[in-house]
Amino acid sequence: MILGMPVLSVVIWLPIVFGILVLATGDDRNAQTARIIALVGAVLGFLVSLPLYTGFDSGTSAMQFGELSSWIPRFNIHYHLGVDGISMLFVLLNSFFTPLVVIAGWNVIEKRVAQYMAAFLIMSGLVNGVFASLDAMLFYVFWEAMLIPMFIIIGVWGGPNRVYAAVKFFLYTLLGSLLMLVALLYLYNQSGGSFEILDYHEMAIPMTAQILVFIAFFMAFSVKVPMFPVHTWLPDAHVEAPTGGSVILAAIMLKVGAYGFIRFSMPIAPDASHKLAGVMIALSLIAVVYIGLVALMQTDMKKLVAYSSISHMGFVTLGFFIFNAYGMEGALLQMISHGFVSGALFLCIGVMYDRMHSRNIADYGGVANTMPVFAALFMLFAMANSGLPGTSGFVGEFMVIMGAIKANFWYAFFAASTLIFGAAYTLWMYKRVVFGAVANHHVAELKDITLREKLVLGILALTVLGMGLYPLPFSEIMHASVNDLLVHVARSKL
Amino acid sequence: MSNFSLYLLVPLAPLLGAILAGLFGKVLGRAWSHRVTIALVAVSFFASLRIFQDVLDGHTFNGAVYQWMTSGDISLEVGFLIDHLTVLMMLVVTFVSLMVHIYTIGYMEEDDGYQRFFSYISLFTFSMLMLVMANNFMQLFFGWEAVGLVSYLLIGFWFKRETAIYANLKAFLVNRVGDFGFLLGIGLILMVFGSLDYATVFASAASHANDMAPIPGVSWNMMTAICILLFIGAMGKSAQFPLHVWLPDSMEGPTPISALIHAATMVTAGIFMVSRMSPLFELSDTALSFVMVIGAITALFMGFLGIIQNDIKRVVAYSTLSQLGYMTCALGASAYSVAIFHLMTHAFFKALLFLAAGSVIIGMHHDQDIRNMGGLRKYMPITWITFLIGTLALIGTPFLSGFYSKDSIIEAVEASGLPVKDFVYIALRMGVFVTAFYSFRLYFLVFHGTERFGKAHHDHHGDHADEEVAADHHHGLAPGQKPHESSWVVTLPLVLLAIPSLAIGYFTIEPILYGSFLKDAIHVIGSHPAMAELAEEFHGPAAKALASVFDSTLWFAISGVVMAWFFYLKRPDIPEKIKQRFHGIYTVLERKYGFDEFNDWFFAGGARLVSRFLWQFGDVKMIDGMMVNGTARLVGMCSGIVRRFQTGYIYHYAFSMIIGVFVLLSIRELIG
Repeated sequence: MILGMPVLSVVIWLPIVFGILVLATGDDRNAQTARIIALVGAVLGFLVSLPLYTGFDSGTSAMQFGELSSWIPRFNIHYHLGVDGISMLFVLLNSFFTPLVVIAGWNVIEKRVAQYMAAFLIMSGLVNGVFASLDAMLFYVFWEAMLIPMFIIIGVWGGPNRVYAAVKFFLYTLLGSLLMLVALLYLYNQSGGSFEILDYHEMAIPMTAQILVFIAFFMAFSVKVPMFPVHTWLPDAHVEAPTGGSVILAAIMLKVGAYGFIRFSMPIAPDASHKLAGVMIALSLIAVVYIGLVALMQTDMKKLVAYSSISHMGFVTLGFFIFNAYGMEGALLQMISHGFVSGALFLCIGVMYDRMHSRNIADYGGVANTMPVFAALFMLFAMANSGLPGTSGFVGEFMVIMGAIKANFWYAFFAASTLIFGAAYTLWMYKRVVFGAVANHHVAELKDITLREKLVLGILALTVLGMGLYPLPFSEIMHASVNDLLVHVARSKL
Repeated sequence: MSNFSLYLLVPLAPLLGAILAGLFGKVLGRAWSHRVTIALVAVSFFASLRIFQDVLDGHTFNGAVYQWMTSGDISLEVGFLIDHLTVLMMLVVTFVSLMVHIYTIGYMEEDDGYQRFFSYISLFTFSMLMLVMANNFMQLFFGWEAVGLVSYLLIGFWFKRETAIYANLKAFLVNRVGDFGFLLGIGLILMVFGSLDYATVFASAASHANDMAPIPGVSWNMMTAICILLFIGAMGKSAQFPLHVWLPDSMEGPTPISALIHAATMVTAGIFMVSRMSPLFELSDTALSFVMVIGAITALFMGFLGIIQNDIKRVVAYSTLSQLGYMTCALGASAYSVAIFHLMTHAFFKALLFLAAGSVIIGMHHDQDIRNMGGLRKYMPITWITFLIGTLALIGTPFLSGFYSKDSIIEAVEASGLPVKDFVYIALRMGVFVTAFYSFRLYFLVFHGTERFGKAHHDHHGDHADEEVAADHHHGLAPGQKPHESSWVVTLPLVLLAIPSLAIGYFTIEPILYGSFLKDAIHVIGSHPAMAELAEEFHGPAAKALASVFDSTLWFAISGVVMAWFFYLKRPDIPEKIKQRFHGIYTVLERKYGFDEFNDWFFAGGARLVSRFLWQFGDVKMIDGMMVNGTARLVGMCSGIVRRFQTGYIYHYAFSMIIGVFVLLSIRELIG
């Protein structure tokens, strides 16, 4: 509680309330009003989340800003909120991105503006709910609910093949989620009727059950991350999604899956986690190498960045399942950084798409001639995507590689190949799109980025550089929680 | 001002310059952009001088600037290690950078990207300083990648040119291959020593000398594994065979950066790094032998390629590759101080050669083909004399700087105890001949002989990207036009660089190689005798120069010069005949031993092939086609069958219900 306000509830419900307000502005005659209310709501949403950082006690791994009240007493379901040094960072990341996508979609979206803005605000609140839930049912509700706005965003404002993409996205993720529900019901029974996630962390579970629970959670979370081989929905979803949808999908939604592993799978089923770590690491390394290679030949910029996302998320799951502090913290930093960098890259592609209505690399060439400021910012994000030191992209990858080498030299060997592949696919795309002589008259007529676009990309540029040069504030806050997690994972529950 | 703020000032001044010229270049205008950046680099140079004084007085420093991050049991910091080796590098970097900044005013005069260029070279200076001032491996890697980034930006400075943006991508990726090894080496260090601080690691290095590497499946000595992995990084940055392929192409960048980055400073980062890591490399003879062989191959075989190049910058580029090979050999011979010594002298005379070549290019109106030059000494006297000084220093003329450093390398290799030294020794001495030959071939073709400019020429290889410039007659000299000497901003740096090229070897050989200057920074164990033997035979710089008359190495160089004179001035018809006679060899050299073709075909082509296969077969066919859409089809099929039962007629439903009841009852009977 800060100033008598339940911070987490405000962080969750304020954007949702504003989202409903925006919806109330009605059709596109009041578009400008809708935009302004949305912006106010998004900025307020970010501001109210700041006390989570400033008021956070990094000395403890306990849940903070807790709120507990009964919700459905019959099934012992509670409205239980709280954050630790891990989930708090993702609430902030999410709240940080909402104003950016609102500004990015400002006058790009012309149809159904109110609904578009409302979808993002409501989703923002729901995602915060996912990260802040300490009750498994509450988590599940937020988890499923957050799919709906994203489904609508892709399905309504998406590209020509949006229905296929939206349905693929929805079915893929829904299938996984159902198995998670089964696992949660099993845990509810085993625990004697509790939906408290933290209770599950302490509960003894036999090996076979652990493995089944792990697999059920794996189905839900691996799809979201996404891990190989359940990744193919992501490129399609990205290609069809509007820019804002891609940004949130890459920056936030993927993190929810990875978060699931550390909130559920690993502490609830530690023995199974160890037993299946080999598989997880193998899948992660396949993601890094295989997907890194697949990204190379993509002809569509969004697909390329989507594949690059999968490859980068491979680092996250790799970092989790080598069970050491470097890997774990590296993975978490990689999640945050990937949010900034992939979000920024999708925004960059959006900037070009708005002008050229093409995402095809072949349609571009020589953009630097007509959009020098944009080219410079895009270069920064491309370098961050290639993991250049001094940008946020380096921090997580570096730490995960350092952690991996402790586990097994060859893990690090394959992971470090991203140094080459990551640079190859990112900079090759950059070369073909931005460098070179002006390729055609469309490129010749391009106008450099507007003040609005400069603002969005500029903020992200500063963030990417800031985190790259001084990641201490990010890493310091998670130490206690990560240590606690590692202790849980190391302790057998048999 | 306290020492610490002085240390901070050295890298931050150029960084400020880079930010000002980069972000506010438009506001500042051209003149103020170069004034600001030059002034700030000068500040950095004078602060380095001040620190040099300080270090000579015994005030070294090793400490953190700020804590970068903590994780688990480690704390990663950004910090400085200021000792003799660092301060020497700081002086070299800031001095050459200052010269290049001034020179750029003249060279980039007509370029649209004037401010951007100044921003980049100041940013480079910052990055390089952070690299050499690092007191830990992480910051080293920071600087390492940052100089790579600026090199990438500068090679592709004229981003409209397809060749330039091909070259910069190639440079970045080849360097990344090196960094791949480098990062794994750093990872092993962190794992074994639990720290990335130089001091901590070096202090306990010896106690791990006989450990096995923690690499499952192989049984290597750990120090060998670490050192070879680190050296792979050096091979990328310092362009050692087979990762040398990017350096010749990097000549697509403007000439000032060829001098600063691709000759004097960045490419020597690998040499510096290995010297800094001497406490580690000393523990593995295997790694040292590997280093020495790679260096020898680079020194000799890259020299051969210099012989047949016709682009003035490419000749100098191959010469740089070859000289980097010499430095690498010195490292392998445990003569780290000699490598650093050659690094320093080479920085001066090679920067001089590049800048003088740039002056020639200006004089020739951006024609770089030496077949179109000749007799330029009449028109460009300052460029001529300074270029000659640089060339003489390069081939190792007694008393000039290059002589002392290169001769010491050859002696050190001879005195090395490693089994591979015989091959290396022969390669380096042959290299002396080759160096003299290609250097004087270049010199004679450019400054002597018949004037071949002002004719219609072929095969443009200009230094300007703007289509207007490339397309019209500005490119190269028009018929009847004469070259002219460059303005003072260009010639002043030439003169200032010529002075150390002449004299610095004579005055510094004693303190750097045999004195106590580097004794705390560089660590050599007793079983590597090269430096000790060299010290015994050293009786002062003058005596060394005089004694070289009786040394065949000098005569190798002289015969190289004479042969160049004979082939290219006396009988210019001979090279053409040789070319036709030995067509096979010529083709091999012209194709640079086929490395570029092989890399393009095998690595680039292979990666694209594998990529396309994984994508089209793995993702599209297998996962999406079979698993995802296959599941959808299966579900569709099943529901199609089931749908037939949903006819909507009550009697159908009633019928199936009755059937169902009978089936269930039968099952119950059967089980019961």
